[in-house]
Amino acid sequence: MAEAHNPLEQFEITPWIPIQIGGLDVSFTNSSAFMILAILAASAMMVLSVRKRALVPGRWQLLAELSYGFIAKMLSDTVGKEGKPYFPFVFTLFMFVLFGNILGMIPYSFTYTSHLAVTFALAAFIFIAITVIAIAKHKMKFFSFFLPPGVPILMAPLLIPIEIISYLSRPVSLSVRLFANMMAGHTLLKVLAGFVIPLGIFGVVPVAGLVAVTALEFLIAFLQAYIFTILTCIYISDAVHLH
Amino acid sequence: MNEEIDPRSDENFEARIRRLRGHDAGSNGVEESGEVLVARRSGLALAGRIGTEMIAALGVGIGIGIFMDRWLDTKPWLMIVFTLLGSMAGFFSIYRVANGFKYGAGYRRGSGQGSDKSDTSGIDAGKD
Repeated sequence: MAEAHNPLEQFEITPWIPIQIGGLDVSFTNSSAFMILAILAASAMMVLSVRKRALVPGRWQLLAELSYGFIAKMLSDTVGKEGKPYFPFVFTLFMFVLFGNILGMIPYSFTYTSHLAVTFALAAFIFIAITVIAIAKHKMKFFSFFLPPGVPILMAPLLIPIEIISYLSRPVSLSVRLFANMMAGHTLLKVLAGFVIPLGIFGVVPVAGLVAVTALEFLIAFLQAYIFTILTCIYISDAVHLH
Repeated sequence: MNEEIDPRSDENFEARIRRLRGHDAGSNGVEESGEVLVARRSGLALAGRIGTEMIAALGVGIGIGIFMDRWLDTKPWLMIVFTLLGSMAGFFSIYRVANGFKYGAGYRRGSGQGSDKSDTSGIDAGKD
């Protein structure tokens, strides 16, 4: 029974199609399956819903247009006009994270955003890409980023390492935030669910809690996708403007 | 909130509109960075942010320290130094989040759009 109620069991990665390439395990796992599912679902939502190109949008078209407008506004608010070229990337990122979070809310599904490997891969890619963009755009001036303006030169030996650590901690905090939120929420759901049957009639209490936490999890699923995306926008803004 | 004031009386209604208008102007008039927007959307998100921010900076600091210790063979010293620097960086990040400065390095209040291009002048001023 304890085995069946292991709250961490849901995060287990199980290979569906084992593939080995040169000693490297690149099996097609449940995680990869859900990533593909998320991409298919997001693409279907965007492509199928706007197929009619109705002047007065239906529900699905409205949803697609809203999500487009949401990200477009987020990007123009944070980066400004210069953010236009990054829209496809930011939009794809948002959809990928959002669908991962939302699909994970379906019972028996797998939440790939609850794995640090996935979120850190995303964050590391963003971090490297943005650093490369910033250096390409500003050349050596990029390194002035690490010395805050108006600081006495005596403070520089102390502040520059701090700023560098701050900068390097970006991908870590970005990925850990998403992963920890998703993992904690899903674990909490499972732990609460484990209380329902053993408590007998008093199981109503954890059920009520479950309902509330499920609602909260839906909020967090959206919120974390939003935070992940807006922080990416802010990093892009930093890279473009070198504020 | 105050039950003694009749919300239907004209005078109070006017005052209420004024109050709400003022409040509205206060929140929209100031140009907000995305960071502040995030903070406004949810206090929960902010609380979560601050925690991860500190731990990430501290973790990166310790990581750099251990790595450099191994590289330069100076066993505990660089780790100690970088642990301190990492915790400082963590506090700085929180300071930035709390003050609505932008997320990144530096202390200029982030306006989000087209920041002023005075980076070099700021540096020059710092060299004096």
